[in-house]
Amino acid sequence: MIRFVIKRLLLAIPTLWAVLTTVFLLVRVVPGDPTIVILGDQASAAARAELREKLGLAKPILAQYVDFMGQILTGDLGRSLATNRPIVDDVAAVLPYTIELTIASLIVGAVIGIPLGVWAAQSRDGFADWFARLFSLAGVSFPAFVSAILLLIVFAVELRWFPVISAPRTDALSERLAALVLPSLNLGLLMVAYVTRVTRSGMLKALGEDYTRTARSKGLAQRTIVWRHAFPNVLVPVVTVVGLYLGVLIGNAVLTEIVFNRPGIGKLIVTALNQRDYTLLQGLMVVSAFAIVVANILTDLTYGLVDPRVKTP
Amino acid sequence: MTQTPNTAARRAMRTPGLLLGVVLTVAMIAAALAAPWIAPFDPNEQDVLAILAAPDATHLLGADAFGRDVLSRILWGARISLYVGFLSTLAGVVAGTTVGVVAGYYGGLVDRIVVAATDVLLSFPQLIMGLLLVAVLGASIGNLVLAIAVTAAPAFIRMARGSTLAMRERDFVDACRSLGYSDLRIMFFHILPNILDELVVMASLWLASAIRTESTLAFIGLSVPPPTATWGGIVRDGFDNLLDGPWLALFPSLAILVVMIGLNLIGDGLRDATDPKGAQ
Repeated sequence: MIRFVIKRLLLAIPTLWAVLTTVFLLVRVVPGDPTIVILGDQASAAARAELREKLGLAKPILAQYVDFMGQILTGDLGRSLATNRPIVDDVAAVLPYTIELTIASLIVGAVIGIPLGVWAAQSRDGFADWFARLFSLAGVSFPAFVSAILLLIVFAVELRWFPVISAPRTDALSERLAALVLPSLNLGLLMVAYVTRVTRSGMLKALGEDYTRTARSKGLAQRTIVWRHAFPNVLVPVVTVVGLYLGVLIGNAVLTEIVFNRPGIGKLIVTALNQRDYTLLQGLMVVSAFAIVVANILTDLTYGLVDPRVKTP
Repeated sequence: MTQTPNTAARRAMRTPGLLLGVVLTVAMIAAALAAPWIAPFDPNEQDVLAILAAPDATHLLGADAFGRDVLSRILWGARISLYVGFLSTLAGVVAGTTVGVVAGYYGGLVDRIVVAATDVLLSFPQLIMGLLLVAVLGASIGNLVLAIAVTAAPAFIRMARGSTLAMRERDFVDACRSLGYSDLRIMFFHILPNILDELVVMASLWLASAIRTESTLAFIGLSVPPPTATWGGIVRDGFDNLLDGPWLALFPSLAILVVMIGLNLIGDGLRDATDPKGAQ
């Protein structure tokens, strides 16, 4: 297992390098002058030259690249153009909120999606199946900001069960949890849809296999057959789909944080956009790409846990 | 994927979801096309007496903080949202498929570079990539189309490449080669038609995704500049006045939702209909 972990981590290095290079190129090679985008087309040539110097854009591109990579390797994402604070500090301040939200929504996805998928597979084309299909159709159809606004209108504006602004005011656990309910439900909805779909089709396949028939003929209880014999087989596809859609989840976290007014990486991205804070935006791209690479590693490692046959990549 | 179009079509007709999807989508496209004639007001006309008006006989879906008629804005906004969605998906499909087919057909170094580049592009969250591109390029319809197409292309490269790899080994490709057909002719007149149905299914699902991305970018404030109406922008305007008039955000949200559900129903229905293993 340890060999597997080390091997997987080494494999991530070229991916990470390629991803960082892409961020670097994206911000620089695109047509148009970033100083015009930042300062507007009325800016004087002197002001633009000064900004170029400040952004390090005056150097040859290869030197910029070496600087960029060197900074990241030492854990430095540069300073924000707008506030001049180190970007690492800004990110570290809000990262726990985003991680908290992502984990909570993964739990929502698993806790609702898995039983729903298992239930649907047992009554193919029955009520449960139709219910699960409608639910997952809704899940993939809702843009995250639309579902967030609908949840907000129903539960915060009309019913007043939850606060309209989901930023916890104190550190009390109850308040943190109350502020987390609507955002994680919103973000979890999409996960529920994907998890339900793969669980359902995986269970349909497993329930049709010979070993299921054998288990039935031995007279085992339906619950034992479903959960002990068939269910373990859907864990690998479920983990795959969760890992695959973590990127979508990160994108949707941005929207969820905006609508519920929660601090987090998403809110920071919007702040960076509004202030045309290029360096902050670049840093946030690095962070989110890094998050995806880490998520992929975790997904691969989880395979080893849920499927004893997986030992090597 | 080798069944005759006839059985696929017949199976598609038996899927009520697919029909419903077509009805919803066509209705929305028709409404968008007819906006100049059916919209009750000019989408940018400000009626100071109707600021934040609740839905009534004059303003069927209410009026926003500038006194603009929400129904008219939704109808006009549909034109931009659907136009950007269709055009960007088309661009992503054409570019992605071309690169994918070429990479799959020739293999070798070209193929390896394309695969590596695709993997890297796919490791960015789609939305964040679109966001960055529009932010860097500036918000205009052309740039929106470009940004969304770039986020869509990698998925089509991957799929077209995979299918081409499988097709390349088939006898009819050997036959074409021995007849002396050019590579271009084999790729685009013989291989492409065979992988087209898979591409169409995926394109219908990506169309939903493209419209969602456009509305999302507009919601964040990265679409055509105001006062031009786009769905995401109307939701944003309504969201800013959520406590004064929840309906302002509700109705444009429902419009987006109808198109999303319609396109997803079409995509799922087509996938089931073209899947030889039958509806799963």
